[in-house]
Amino acid sequence: MTLDVARIRKDFPILDRQVRDGRALAYLDSANTSQKPRQVIDAMNDFYERHNANIHRASHQLGEEATAAYEGARIKAARFIGAGDEAEVVFTKNISEGINLVAYSLGNARGSLRINPGDEIVITEMEHHSNIVPWQLLCERTGATLRWFGVTDDGQLDLSQLESLITDRTRLVALAHQSNVLGTINPVREIADAAHAVGALVLVDAAQSVPHMPVDVHELGADFLGATAHKMCGPTGIGMLWGRRELLEEMPPFLGGGEMIESVWMDHSTFAPPPHKFEAGTMPIAQAAGLDAAIDYLAETGLGQIRAHERDLTGYALGALGTIPGLRLLGPADPGSRGAAISFTVREVHPHDLSQVLDELGVAVRAGHHCAWPLHRRFGIQASTRASFYLYNTQAEVDTLVEGIQQAQRFFGGT
Amino acid sequence: MQLESLYQEVILDHYRHPHHKGLREPFDAEVHHVNPLCGDEITLRVTLKDSGGAGPVVADVSYDALGCSISQASASVMSELIIGRTVPEAMAVQAEFLGLMQSKGQQQPDEEILGDAVAFAGVAKYPARIKCALLGWMAWKDATAQAAKEQTDD
Repeated sequence: MTLDVARIRKDFPILDRQVRDGRALAYLDSANTSQKPRQVIDAMNDFYERHNANIHRASHQLGEEATAAYEGARIKAARFIGAGDEAEVVFTKNISEGINLVAYSLGNARGSLRINPGDEIVITEMEHHSNIVPWQLLCERTGATLRWFGVTDDGQLDLSQLESLITDRTRLVALAHQSNVLGTINPVREIADAAHAVGALVLVDAAQSVPHMPVDVHELGADFLGATAHKMCGPTGIGMLWGRRELLEEMPPFLGGGEMIESVWMDHSTFAPPPHKFEAGTMPIAQAAGLDAAIDYLAETGLGQIRAHERDLTGYALGALGTIPGLRLLGPADPGSRGAAISFTVREVHPHDLSQVLDELGVAVRAGHHCAWPLHRRFGIQASTRASFYLYNTQAEVDTLVEGIQQAQRFFGGT
Repeated sequence: MQLESLYQEVILDHYRHPHHKGLREPFDAEVHHVNPLCGDEITLRVTLKDSGGAGPVVADVSYDALGCSISQASASVMSELIIGRTVPEAMAVQAEFLGLMQSKGQQQPDEEILGDAVAFAGVAKYPARIKCALLGWMAWKDATAQAAKEQTDD
């Protein structure tokens, strides 16, 4: 069954907006942040209008309701990524915070989890800065070494390096499930198996996959997995870090503060069991209610159907973009092995100038390095333009994109 | 379509045929500035010359830059405008341009001071592009301050 995109679009009030000089909005920037359906906006309004209170510590009915909403979202988030145990889901403000949590905690750990000089962390050249910088900082603090999977010309991880990169010195492998630039869906399981064979942990940045396809933490072979609500029809301000329970139990806290403690004395403190050990201070509660509604929305629509729709649309877009002279696609050309984020360069038109022309036509894309500077250097470019699709996008919007690119070529190409 | 009001012919001309581009010797200070939003970058050199009573003069500005049409054209127009001026005069032009960019499109550009740089007035309406237009100007100000300090220290 195909998606009823016309009906879906009615759920997203913002898609009716006109931008610039009365242009219909073609929102092709969902890899950056997705739009929000009415159901999510209503859920957050309802929380604020009827249930708002702080969680876990308010001794009144509203506090009970708010706590139920927050912890209910945790259960739903756990089920959504195939985790049986909701205590394995830590709410964070975003994936960057989740990755920093792991990096700081492993750097501070005392036992076998501790990262030491001589240990190696392996990441990939296609990572978002959020999955690079925390590891660089960890290596600076601990004396560990950062190593990198290269990327092939067609935008795949260079798996010929697997044996030389993942060795008995490797302590952790961190990689994106799907590249935010190339769209490449990485063979996480294969890499995770190699990592586990040498006793290393695996952290998966699932920012670009969890919103778009069914994801199961156990099938992937992950030890940690990060996802963020705002890319999956939910609000900004809340993300999740899933981690195996025995790891979360052994790891020291990241941020200290209210709610993460068991008991506090003047000379020391003891800590709550996970996940609360990692949730210091008042958390994004209304946002959790919004995430809960977003998960319902995606589950009712069907992740399989969303993936199929995006695959069709990506195939259509790759075909149409392929007809434009001077357009260079970054990443795999086969829609079956990639997601719906398509980055490209256009000869003689800088991405910022291209996105300006597209913006005048109502087409919202992202231009720049997309927080993946090493990847852009790998391809010998400074910046690219990225169009990314979601469940609400249409072929007509892709057509507008293509017309806009051609218009920009005419405007800037006349040297 | 407002493209033409943003990308005035002057801007496109300077983009396609940039003036003073290419790093030259000798120079008194060199800086490298990056726009972290988009990755645009510029390496810029300044040479100052003592002109006696009127203070140091900007004898040369040369640069190597990668970036969009706005950032490239802006560096080109800037070099054209400030080479040959005294440092205080050039700093005043820089301040006028900075003010124009930060005016959210409300300030009428002063052609007496800004010359061809008035063509960038439309950029001020696009917050995402202001840094593009300012990249060269901020690099020049930084380099000139360093060069002037060197001269004072000597």
